[in-house]
Amino acid sequence: MQKLIKDKAIAKDPWTLLKIATGPEILTAVPGKNLIVPLQFWRDYGADLEQYGGNIALWLDSDETVSEIGDVLSTFPLIALNFPVYADGRSYTNARELRERFAYEGEVRAIGDVLRDQLYYMSRCGFNAFSLRHDQDPDACIKAFDDFKTGYQSTVMEPTPLFRRR
Amino acid sequence: MYKYDGYDHQMLADRVAQFRDQTERFLAGELPDAEFLSLRLQNGLYIQRLAPMLRIAVPYGMLSSPQLRKLAFIARHFDKGYAHFTTRQNVQFNWPALEDVPDLLEQLADVEMHAIQTSGNCIRNTTTDQFAGVAPDELEDSRAYCEIIRQWSTFHPEFAYLPRKFKIAVCGTVVDQAATQVHDIGVYIVRGPDGDTGFRILAGGGLGRTPVIGQEIFDFVEKQHLLTALEAILRVYNREGRRDNKYKARIKILVRETGVEQFRAKVHDEWQRIKDSALTLTAEEIARCQSFFRDPPYLKLTDSPEPLLEQLDEDVLFSNWHQQNVYPHKRPGYAIVTVCLKETGVAPGDLTDSQLEHIAELAERYSFGEVRISHQQNIILADVRQDQLPELYAQLKSHALSSSNLGLLTDIICCPGGDFCALANAKSIPIAESIQRRFDDIDELKDIGVANINISGCMNACGHHHVGNIGILGVDKKGEEFYQVSLGGSSKNLASLGKIIGPAFPQEEIPDVITKIVDVYKSRRQANEKFLDTYKRIGMAPFKETVYAKAD
Repeated sequence: MQKLIKDKAIAKDPWTLLKIATGPEILTAVPGKNLIVPLQFWRDYGADLEQYGGNIALWLDSDETVSEIGDVLSTFPLIALNFPVYADGRSYTNARELRERFAYEGEVRAIGDVLRDQLYYMSRCGFNAFSLRHDQDPDACIKAFDDFKTGYQSTVMEPTPLFRRR
Repeated sequence: MYKYDGYDHQMLADRVAQFRDQTERFLAGELPDAEFLSLRLQNGLYIQRLAPMLRIAVPYGMLSSPQLRKLAFIARHFDKGYAHFTTRQNVQFNWPALEDVPDLLEQLADVEMHAIQTSGNCIRNTTTDQFAGVAPDELEDSRAYCEIIRQWSTFHPEFAYLPRKFKIAVCGTVVDQAATQVHDIGVYIVRGPDGDTGFRILAGGGLGRTPVIGQEIFDFVEKQHLLTALEAILRVYNREGRRDNKYKARIKILVRETGVEQFRAKVHDEWQRIKDSALTLTAEEIARCQSFFRDPPYLKLTDSPEPLLEQLDEDVLFSNWHQQNVYPHKRPGYAIVTVCLKETGVAPGDLTDSQLEHIAELAERYSFGEVRISHQQNIILADVRQDQLPELYAQLKSHALSSSNLGLLTDIICCPGGDFCALANAKSIPIAESIQRRFDDIDELKDIGVANINISGCMNACGHHHVGNIGILGVDKKGEEFYQVSLGGSSKNLASLGKIIGPAFPQEEIPDVITKIVDVYKSRRQANEKFLDTYKRIGMAPFKETVYAKAD
């Protein structure tokens, strides 16, 4: 069972993540859920998803960019960004782009290799939900948001850089 | 020098607490090795051949006397009594125990020092000219901009997991002393069309396996746009840099594979979007950072005072040292002194705890309590009164710090190599020593003149061998250590990369090889021609012929 932190609290997850989805038949196997589907699945089976009885959200892998779907982002209540390994930092850029360039206001969720020691930086880049890797202790993870009291940069969490606040 | 305020101190304290917690979890077995790896690297901690190695940041090479004393304390209590200065203006300790590192970092925080981002795939310490603020040929002091870049890059949440490490250098002088063109980003302070200073920005330079000179991405950026320009380059790199092969992950490969035209277009496209965002620098912030680097209270003096001239006449050793190690200062009556850490028999860049304390004291007495570290692994006292040079020399001499070979053949840039480093293919310190022992006559060295040797123990090129006039690279040949020699490299304004002379040599032949190379130069040089210029004129062939000639 995956554990979710949302807005700095342990939360129940109303979404079902389809990490792998190759054909539309999968939709009949999980009817009436709130589904997070791969970007490519949405592209290939958009018409099938129109007919689906629950909410639809997208997940992007680290080699996909949010600018590819900039014009339709606002129609999704949630965008999930994958960390195939924690050391792959591309989803940090995607998260900032979502929030800053496309002013996306829905849930931005980190999925994949999501670990305690990266949560603070993720949150500064605009992630507000974290689907923790199965071995992570959510109570310990929540403390990570307080690792630092402030930072130098202009970020999603603190748009005014420190040099303008000093 | 930059002084921390409450924000800077708070962040440093938070970082120490964070790393203490991470280390405790690692030692308790709660944090796997593979996940602790990037956390410890971003705090400068390597696991080495003999013990962990801790790399401490010296932002743009500036150190105060209290900081030097703290390094001496750490050398004494956590190490075996010495510190090693690196080619990136940092300091390394080779013997601290992992469990002591959080305490060590807390000690450093007391004097506004740290090991943040001195390793790992993130933005590393920003480096600059060791003569910043005192060089006669300076357009503008680069240190305020280095500090601005330091703050922007420290704990940057978007760029902590880049494809590979990322190094930035800033140069504000006419003569480039910062090897700016072989950095991932090189920033030159230049004058714009309306006469104001701004920045020319290169990207894609680097050494390592594939040495490349950086290419121009911005011909001129106004001051306020410095950080947005850097952020645009980093964002394109973070998104598009290769992650499938760590040997092709540096920005230089991305620039080459994308093509500089297209890379530039992508950066400018990104930049247009963030150009006037909150990250745009304010005049107040630039002035605030500049205020930390104002001139110290110089006296009104004149050049070449009597006590100096007298001593130059009387003491030939002092005169030798003065000729090599003292550089003109922007103010009359002052001089820039380089303490050359290349004494034969001592690993290049190494200082003992008591030498560190001695330099701290000399800095207070003769140079307003500050020193700088150069990428040539030497220490600079930047504001010395010319009439006090004889006194300073005597003090240095009494602590084995008066080596007069600055800029000469034996002022060797050298990585720690196979004696310490887990990455190395071969030893490098004993090679440096064997060359220093061969060339131990100062008159001969002065006759040879400017000719620098750079030694790396592997192709990661920490010893910058590609840009040595003579470069030496340790290679592994079926389990044996061999050394590949290259000629013609330079890290100055007309930067060039050395060419390999031919098949590699076993360790014991290196002093002979260097001697033969130097002999070719001596027999073929024209009046006042430096080694590099002779090489450029006559090419590789005469050197190659002599070095590989069979003895009958």
